Amino acid sequence: MSIFIIVILCFLITSLFSLIRIIIGPTAQDRLVGLNLIVSQVVAIMVLAAVDFNRAIYLDVALVYAILGFVSIIAITKYLKGKRLHE
Amino acid sequence: MKFIVYIFLFLSIFFAFFGNIGILRFPDVYTRLQASSKCAITSLLSLFIALIILKGFSFISVRILVIGIFFLLTGPVASHAIGRSAYEGGILPWRKMRQKKNISRDR
Repeated sequence: MSIFIIVILCFLITSLFSLIRIIIGPTAQDRLVGLNLIVSQVVAIMVLAAVDFNRAIYLDVALVYAILGFVSIIAITKYLKGKRLHE
Repeated sequence: MKFIVYIFLFLSIFFAFFGNIGILRFPDVYTRLQASSKCAITSLLSLFIALIILKGFSFISVRILVIGIFFLLTGPVASHAIGRSAYEGGILPWRKMRQKKNISRDR
């Protein structure tokens, strides 16, 4: 068991807290904050897997996932603009 | 050289753990946003520094550098978009003593 697998397990365990926030979040913006953190954790896991297996193709997957997360957050905030959902 | 890599990996796990604790424990959207955006970028960049030191100058480390620069550019933009959406949606900032609604409405 290499050091990278242990780090990947630590990232998975810490991202459970953000998953709890996504489930119980009172407003839509709380859920977006949790989603933004989970995207960064998944990119970190992808990069760690690329270095562990010594395959460069996982880095492309990580970059595309980062771009998709950024664009999806911008699109959802554009969609929520001017709506009062929490009252 | 191995020791520096272990220090940066530990620092990355430390920042990720406390960012997630902060996102679970803070009382408001804006405070959660502060904890999330800072801890995500510091955790990711210290992890990337550790892996670049481990790999040296190679094909993988240049791509890791590109992903790091991308996150450094787009992380604050996404956080700002979420905060602006929350402010325009009418979410009040959290205070220790809740302000009375009549006063804020008359003002």
